[in-house]
Amino acid sequence: MTGMFKSRSLLLGLVLTLVFAGGALVSLVWVPYDILGVDIANKMKGPSGAHPLGTDNLGRDMLSMLMVGARTSIAVAIVAVVIGMGLGVPLGLAAAAKRGSWVDEVIMRGNDLIFAFPSLLIAILITAVFGASALNAIIAIGIFNIPVFARVTRGAALTLWEREYVLAARVAGKGAARISVEHILPNVTNLLIVQGTIQFSLGILAEAGLSYVGLGAQPPVPSWGRMLADSQTFITLAPHLVLFPGMAILLTVLGLNLMGDGLRDLLDPRLRRARG
Amino acid sequence: MLRYLLRRLLSLVVSLVVASMVIFAMVEVVPGDPAAYMLGLNAQADTLAALREELGLNGSLVARYFDWVGGMVQGDFGTSYTYRTPVAGMVADRVAISLPLALYALALSTAIAFPAGIWAAARRGRAADVTVMGVTQLGVAIPNFWFAMLMVLVFAINLRWFNAGGFAGWDEGFFAAMKSLTLPAIALALPQASILARVMRSSLLDTLNEDFIRTARAKGLTRGQALRRHALGNALIPVLTILGMQFAFLLAGGIIIENVFYLPGLGRLVFQAISARDLIVVESVVMLLVFAVIVVNFVVDLAYAAVDPRLRARL
Repeated sequence: MTGMFKSRSLLLGLVLTLVFAGGALVSLVWVPYDILGVDIANKMKGPSGAHPLGTDNLGRDMLSMLMVGARTSIAVAIVAVVIGMGLGVPLGLAAAAKRGSWVDEVIMRGNDLIFAFPSLLIAILITAVFGASALNAIIAIGIFNIPVFARVTRGAALTLWEREYVLAARVAGKGAARISVEHILPNVTNLLIVQGTIQFSLGILAEAGLSYVGLGAQPPVPSWGRMLADSQTFITLAPHLVLFPGMAILLTVLGLNLMGDGLRDLLDPRLRRARG
Repeated sequence: MLRYLLRRLLSLVVSLVVASMVIFAMVEVVPGDPAAYMLGLNAQADTLAALREELGLNGSLVARYFDWVGGMVQGDFGTSYTYRTPVAGMVADRVAISLPLALYALALSTAIAFPAGIWAAARRGRAADVTVMGVTQLGVAIPNFWFAMLMVLVFAINLRWFNAGGFAGWDEGFFAAMKSLTLPAIALALPQASILARVMRSSLLDTLNEDFIRTARAKGLTRGQALRRHALGNALIPVLTILGMQFAFLLAGGIIIENVFYLPGLGRLVFQAISARDLIVVESVVMLLVFAVIVVNFVVDLAYAAVDPRLRARL
């Protein structure tokens, strides 16, 4: 644990992530102002004592909007990671267990195919056909997480299958599925945590982009991307409306990336030696 | 080499076929009746029947798929339902903006990333390295459409160096047109340049640890000479792969940036088509972009084999 705090990037990343995750969690039980409370008399006010981050074009409190918006961003990105892991990891494990077989071939070619698609386009296509919603954004982002996790898992699992303890397990009569779950999976967990952090941050960016073009969560649910889209018209009148949601996205993504870097250094001793 | 080429060609064709089937299925099968989807809830029965006839929806699915693909192969992308013009012509106009934008962004990204990555690697662990790594860390995390909005605020609204949006048109001359693409290209390039600079740096650092660099140093080259003469060329190989992937990304990623700057490119076309429920345009433009991305990746794979003699020998 002491190593954890030696890494400045990990610490900074953790703090940033906790701030925004904390804001999202707090917003579940309390926000400074009701985000549905339109107050035209106080619209587009700059930061003040009553509204620390000012108010938007409908007079809604920006801090409250950002807190609830964090919930949308984080929820979409997390569920997308869960989809990616939930399907990608078993596929990766299966491909590694049946290395070189048709199972491996089908899984890996399928992966290549998804990779070849520009993710943004498919997300747009999905939302065009099924309608824009947070759920469709989750599916669109989640699908592209699957090959990432499958590839990472397969790559790491392949080297693990060469280890003596796996050989010992095979001699003891364990099947491929059981070895994968009992011996391979626990040893790729670290890698999956690091990759999960990276995909989480990419998910936040993707969700912001989708909701900016109107294909993510729909009103009245606030989301950072749509707050930016809404404020674009007022960019000269109230630059703070553009500044704060963008900062929120930037800092959350930065925090997650720093955390990912720090975790990788912490969890991968080989890398730490090589750097030190 | 020939076997490799054939194998890659086969996988290119398979990718394109599967991609077209997925897109066809999503647009023409999933919504149920595309004609009803396009006309909305209040469609008259006779309008619906006319549109179904026009779209050829009365034929079998297989026949429709082959009609669509066969048409595209011959350059016939169908007729837009809302604009009543051939989609191919609309697409051609838009490509004249989206493609130069992607190339411009790619050029910027390379021009920034190569020196930055090389500089950071050459001064590993020192101030230059720390600066480049810090800036690129920010560049990776910044949402490019937000960066675009900030640039509009500073360079278009406050300094008035550029227009806040719109496209001058190629008729206005090369420089006027490129000027209206400059801010969008920078916004697109920044995150890509950050990734590319990091890849360049780490690839160069890996190469600097190779035995042949030690040999070069032992025969009396300075670190800088060894880097320029021996490390750089070898370090470029992974960088090239990323560059190819980025071009594909820039083509598709332009969609959002085009919306920030109201550029009438492919991205705007797709969104206008989505809101007008013009499925024919959506289907064709998405297929065209996917086609471009898959073909670019294919070309990069080949280039990769061409520049790396080690890889070529193994094929």
